[in-house]
Amino acid sequence: MKRSMRIGCGAGFQGDRFEPAVVLASQGGLDWLMLECLAERTIALATLQRVRDPEAGYDPLLDRRLRTLLPQLKKNGVRLITNMGAANPLAAGRRVAALARELGLDMQVAVVSGDEVSRHLHPGIAVMETGAPVTEVPDIVSANAYLGAESLLPAIQTGADIIIGGRIADPSLAVAPIMHHFGWRLDDWDLLARATVIGHLLECAGQVTGGYFADPGKKDVPGLAHLGFPFAAVDADGSAFISKVPGSGGLVTLATVKEQLLYEVTDPAAYITPDVVADFTGVRLTDLGGDRVHVTGGRGLPRTPTYKASIGYRAGWLGEGEISYAGANARARAELAAAVLRERLEDELPQVRYDLIGINAAHRSDFGANIEPYEVRVRVAGLCVTRAEAERIGWELESLGTNGPAGGGGFRRSATERIGVVSALLPRNLVHTDVTVFGAHIDADSQTLADI
Amino acid sequence: MKLHDIAHARAGDKGNTSTLSLIPYKPQDYALLCREITAERVKAHLAGIVVGKVTRFECPNLPALTFTCEGALLGGVTVSPGLDPHGKSLSFALLEMRVESD
Repeated sequence: MKRSMRIGCGAGFQGDRFEPAVVLASQGGLDWLMLECLAERTIALATLQRVRDPEAGYDPLLDRRLRTLLPQLKKNGVRLITNMGAANPLAAGRRVAALARELGLDMQVAVVSGDEVSRHLHPGIAVMETGAPVTEVPDIVSANAYLGAESLLPAIQTGADIIIGGRIADPSLAVAPIMHHFGWRLDDWDLLARATVIGHLLECAGQVTGGYFADPGKKDVPGLAHLGFPFAAVDADGSAFISKVPGSGGLVTLATVKEQLLYEVTDPAAYITPDVVADFTGVRLTDLGGDRVHVTGGRGLPRTPTYKASIGYRAGWLGEGEISYAGANARARAELAAAVLRERLEDELPQVRYDLIGINAAHRSDFGANIEPYEVRVRVAGLCVTRAEAERIGWELESLGTNGPAGGGGFRRSATERIGVVSALLPRNLVHTDVTVFGAHIDADSQTLADI
Repeated sequence: MKLHDIAHARAGDKGNTSTLSLIPYKPQDYALLCREITAERVKAHLAGIVVGKVTRFECPNLPALTFTCEGALLGGVTVSPGLDPHGKSLSFALLEMRVESD
């Protein structure tokens, strides 16, 4: 039986902190490090950048995130897998290979491409949210399939130090290295489900080690300013323990692991990824103490015949404005400000919403608390068709400075283009992925392994 | 008492659906949550937030409940004009629910 393997997660979103990955790479005893940096909409924005510049469209923090990380990965023999390629994995691969050369590191990069599927959209494919033909979505800017372990394994098998792709299902960033390590097959459904549980627990990085968790007095977390990121020590039967580097901030307990296990899960008995349909309801957790939680169980059903694709489209412009009122009668002055704005805007822009931050903005309700806060911030916002309409919202708010209730201050306004995202299911046979290897020690720029 | 006294929660988003977990601090309170915190009561409590259907799932292995709340995110994170487009704070809206102890 093969020895256990360790995989850590050094980023859970595009703008995540840099240093926890370096701590993991240098002190985590890892075999693999995953970096999950690609939200649903990010790839659409990246696609727009690639249209303007053919060498752009990958993660804008790629250089900064990897510059300090690569030497530690090389020194400690840790392999990296990431979706930082975003809308341009090949350009990202070239850039990382160049960065490694610059740093004097002999490292190979394998790029997984083929998630871009916009040319395969046809009227027979329905939008999941509406049921309408996908071709009726206006102003489509991108369409990317969530690739799974099957597409990543050929890249891993090249032996490259760094695996870079674009749209990849988050848990698959862990499933593929775990499968490769233990030699599992693509239809070992129970094992793939267990690896998916592990990947799902790791994919948001700090969210399983005490991030997005603290509630002072109820759920206290030590050292949030220096939160340690997680790793999983995985055994050949797909069980694992989740932990973090000793001395780093945060904690790993049954409570942190339960919250993350269920995070963004719709049906816990059928968590669908490109690799498997995983049933989380048989997962058993045991607190081993010392920030270690053992994870076992979990069953798998065969994968679905489709890939999920996310489709980005131009959804209009969001106009926003905010202004604060404080001290005596703050709530009444804020309510008056909102009423004035409504009178001036609602005929032309009926979709605009009026929120009182401090009272009802986050939950659209105060659940009967009916408090009189010391300060209240008025927020006005609406999604508009044109930029001019969106800008009108902030202008109206700013005009309250000289035309509105007493003591209004702290104006902020903005108008930003929004990229919407819808989903569709694509037959698997429409998606073809490739692997391209870039090597720091290879003279030629690249060597293509076509149709692996 | 409030749910916040006996349980913790985490909110996630999938399109225009908010996913809310509900986890008792003490496993023995799971039965109370199963009995009291039905999908119908959650839908009524979150009436100002959730436009669509609320579905409850049971995870006795943890133990925990999860709720999928459809139409809860003003169109979803990418197009929402709301202050909290992901609905990250909605876990604490759920924890505002009143529950009678055994």
